[in-house]
Amino acid sequence: MDPLNPSAGVPASPDRAAARAGLRPAPWRWLTTDGYGSLAVLAALILVVFPLALDVFRLNLMGKYLTYAFVAVGLVMAWGYGGVLSLGQGVFFGLGGYCMAMFLKLEASDPVSTKIQSTPGIPDFMDWNQLTALPFWWKPFHSLPFALAAVVVVPCALAFVVGFAMFKRRVGGVYFAIITQAVALILSVLIIGQQGYTGGVNGITDLRTLLGWDIRGDGAKLILYFVNAVLLLVAILCCRQIQRSKLGTLLLAMRDKEDRVRFSGYDVAMFKVFAFCVAAVLAAIGGAMFTLQVGFMSPSFVGIVPSIEMVIYAAVGGRMSLVGAVYGAVLVNLGKTWFSESFPNLWLFLMAALFIGVVMAFPNGLAGLYDSHVKPWLARRGARSAS
Amino acid sequence: MSASDILNITLMQGFAGLSLFSVLLLMGLGLAVIFGQMGVINMAHGEFMTIGAYTIYMFSQLADNYWHGFAPVYFPLAICAAFALAFAAGWVAEWALIRHLYRRPLDTLLATWGLSLGMQQVFRSVFGPKEVSPTLPDWLMGSWSPKPGLDIPINGLFVMSLAVLMTGGVLLALYRSRWGLRVRATVANRQMANAAGIDTRKTDRLTFAIGCGMAGVAGAAFTAIGSTGPTSGSLYIVDSFLVVTFGGAASLLGTVASAFGIAQMQSISEFFMTGSSARVVTLLTIVIVLMLRPQGLFASKVRRA
Amino acid sequence: MSHDDQNESGMPSALRRKLLMGLAAAPALAVSGIARAQQFPTAKVNTTHLAVTDTEVTVGQLHSATGTMAISETGSIQAERLAIEQINAAGGILGRKIKVIQEDGASDWPTFAEKSKKLLENDHVAAVFGCWTSASRKAVLPIFERDNGLLYYPTFYEGLEQSHNVFYTGQEATQQILWGLNWANQTKKAKSFFLIGSDYIWPRTSNKIARKHIEQHLSGCKVVGEEYYPLGTTNFNSLINKIKIAKPDCIYAIIVGGSNVAFYKQLKAAGITADKQFLLTISVTEDEVLGIGGENFAGFYSAMKYFESLENDNNKKFVAAFKAKYGPKSVIGDVTQAAYLGPWLWKAAVEKAGSFDVDKVVAASPGIELKSAPEGYVKIHANHHLWSRTRIGQAQADGQFKVVAESPDLIEPNPFPKGYQ
Repeated sequence: MDPLNPSAGVPASPDRAAARAGLRPAPWRWLTTDGYGSLAVLAALILVVFPLALDVFRLNLMGKYLTYAFVAVGLVMAWGYGGVLSLGQGVFFGLGGYCMAMFLKLEASDPVSTKIQSTPGIPDFMDWNQLTALPFWWKPFHSLPFALAAVVVVPCALAFVVGFAMFKRRVGGVYFAIITQAVALILSVLIIGQQGYTGGVNGITDLRTLLGWDIRGDGAKLILYFVNAVLLLVAILCCRQIQRSKLGTLLLAMRDKEDRVRFSGYDVAMFKVFAFCVAAVLAAIGGAMFTLQVGFMSPSFVGIVPSIEMVIYAAVGGRMSLVGAVYGAVLVNLGKTWFSESFPNLWLFLMAALFIGVVMAFPNGLAGLYDSHVKPWLARRGARSAS
Repeated sequence: MSASDILNITLMQGFAGLSLFSVLLLMGLGLAVIFGQMGVINMAHGEFMTIGAYTIYMFSQLADNYWHGFAPVYFPLAICAAFALAFAAGWVAEWALIRHLYRRPLDTLLATWGLSLGMQQVFRSVFGPKEVSPTLPDWLMGSWSPKPGLDIPINGLFVMSLAVLMTGGVLLALYRSRWGLRVRATVANRQMANAAGIDTRKTDRLTFAIGCGMAGVAGAAFTAIGSTGPTSGSLYIVDSFLVVTFGGAASLLGTVASAFGIAQMQSISEFFMTGSSARVVTLLTIVIVLMLRPQGLFASKVRRA
Repeated sequence: MSHDDQNESGMPSALRRKLLMGLAAAPALAVSGIARAQQFPTAKVNTTHLAVTDTEVTVGQLHSATGTMAISETGSIQAERLAIEQINAAGGILGRKIKVIQEDGASDWPTFAEKSKKLLENDHVAAVFGCWTSASRKAVLPIFERDNGLLYYPTFYEGLEQSHNVFYTGQEATQQILWGLNWANQTKKAKSFFLIGSDYIWPRTSNKIARKHIEQHLSGCKVVGEEYYPLGTTNFNSLINKIKIAKPDCIYAIIVGGSNVAFYKQLKAAGITADKQFLLTISVTEDEVLGIGGENFAGFYSAMKYFESLENDNNKKFVAAFKAKYGPKSVIGDVTQAAYLGPWLWKAAVEKAGSFDVDKVVAASPGIELKSAPEGYVKIHANHHLWSRTRIGQAQADGQFKVVAESPDLIEPNPFPKGYQ
């Protein structure tokens, strides 16, 4: 190694090494997980193939699955890269969804359409609960910029508070996971109990228009799908940037050997908080897109069971792979829908098998299987065809 | 209200707090033993409790349909059977699943969650989706009135005595038996224990099975105060975790103390505000205390990741 | 059988005659079925592209077969299937047999929304029988209204809703509550009431109506306590102590789900039994008593429009048919019966309208009477709810209810009660 130029002669990756050795570049080289090739394949799939192949109803379903993919991508950052397992992502999904739902509900509750209520101009569930005026903390949600900001800021703030308190005291692992569960439970009890303010167990339903644009029509669903898909791809690109930067390397190092990173002088706690906040914001964006596409938000996403299910999406896809997380979310949800239609008694067994299998047989999920089985096979074929 | 009425109410409310304390203790004891020994949080703990509950149901069906003389006395026998069945199930689960995930606590969390889903479906397929109600012996239902106006529920007394028995039994086993010796050695220093010739894997399996057996006994006891259905386990699981995490792992004293603290806080707040508010207040307090002191009330001297 | 009666095929000739007569009749029946369908050509009865052919009409069933609500919704699924089978056996609707697409809501409201979209937009079903909780209904309502579907909803609920696309075959809150409270006051001389419930919209709204009625319409009566506990609570000792302090004449309980079992077991254990305390509930049917245990609930009262033990011919036939199909141990609660009414009400409306089109069926429905209902007699009101009687049943140790009182007239449904809001 040349001491004046340490990176000369050291191949940055096996692929580049092969290129330098003069082997003819083979297509398989582009398909490293999270490489540009995989990303292009994913983009082609969700931007071109699905819209062409699926009718609007199924495309809307696919859009719903892609909102779960946001949560899974966030978990890849927090759990795969940061080592922070959060079993309460439903909290952030729900918070983002509720912020968006509050804005849409206020828009749908203008005095003209609610004139049969005792108090026109407020959402219907408030009217049933005999509220006579909009609570002060609902008022800012009349404005779309505020609602959009809230979708990002509120979950981030909560994640910051919880993460800061925990990570500064070096709580991690299982303890942290249990505490996120407790937070999920608190939020779901609060939302269900305060039905006058939040719609209770019914959630916030019957959302109709976004700034006058009807979100329930077929055309709207198509546009929202594309918005969702593009946002997802942008999110993945941003996360990739983080991963390839020094920050990403630090996160990885922290996950594996926290003490060494700490002794090297880094503030481990703040990095973990950062990873947790990224996951929270991504989940919240997913929640907001969910509300837009499905047309309601309910506390059934906030509790413990859905939060743990969201972890399985990331686990199936591969907790280290951003692209894999998307596939994982889509596949698990497809399986859920198909199984619960055809074999309602069997699908819990399927979920059980998924959880156990992912942990025991393929801990790096589908991406890991891809890396360990498909790529070497492609490589062997490439090498054989090159020689 | 007269002074004696107030006294009665205070006593009954105090009893309610103690009753909740023993319920939480029963729930958390099995989990604490497992967590202390192996660092495994068993998300299927609620389902092992449900195994115990369904055992009681099966015995009560036997007593009802085939052997009427059995009815008053089947309960203690059924509790022992509940322990045995849950113990066996735990043994199998540890052998098949948990031992492969040694040293991966987060993965064990997920795997045991999958196990709980599978067990729920098994209950649903075998016993049906509806709740079932075991016929409990008459001496267990009803109340004891030492003086008029003061009604102590007998099932509460029963749960309390069971909790005392089980805690005593566990303490005795931990500090007087060979198993206890092995467990304490493994908890203190696993590698040295291995080096000293203790088969830590076997100890792990035995401990897991005993913890699940205790869950079975808890579930059996809860048929006296709650419902039995495929999803009954999910009603108890979160509270069990909070009790164990709040108390600090590897510490039985911690579990006892945390169960007591949570129970009293919940009971007292329930008396003065609505049920939902009391629950939120209790949960918030637990979370805040855990944020300030994350290792729980009684931390083990060895720091855990 | 003597030799003379046998013919070459070995069948006794009397039987053979009966068989031939039956065989001859079958084409006549089929012809009459086809004839009926021809009387109602598809082009006329289906102008909105529903799944109707010359021989079949497709409907959807949307309940939770899995998850926590499966406990309650199994009965509805069974009752609807029984009704559809009986209708098919009698020749179907407008000469067409009913085909069912069953979807599982999995106790998850977003899944309900998704499946209802599928049933309406993909499968174009002519009607849907489904939902149980208000949350599931609220989640699917916008979809039914937008896609102009038709839903028959069987559960007793809090009212405050009236949709062009939904028929509510269960009672709404005022029907269940007001007359029951009057009965409690007049017959049981109850003057002080302790209201308790699970913490969500139905118990809260119901107790609001109850409170207004007690305080403003019953003379000299008052509410001495109102408490709510989160869904899934299993420990009610504090609540029971509060009840003991307040010493109400009547405990008015609206507890739901698994908490029901815990509450009544703990109530009994605390010495509060039916001989010492009067308790009236609107949330316990025969299905719930299965889980609670008859001996833990015996003596308490429940206000419903239907009990399995109702003594009328319609009910006897219904119970016999239900138990023949689903086993002698099955129990039939209020919601199960209300679910049973759904297909029959739909059939009556379709036949009156002469069409499957949703708008025509909806227009034809108000005023339709069903005299063969197991609960006796119901009539569809213009607000899409049913006129029905309310009964008070006293629970027996075997899990059945003994009807001790019945409202003398049919109670008009009033989902938006003035003065109670």
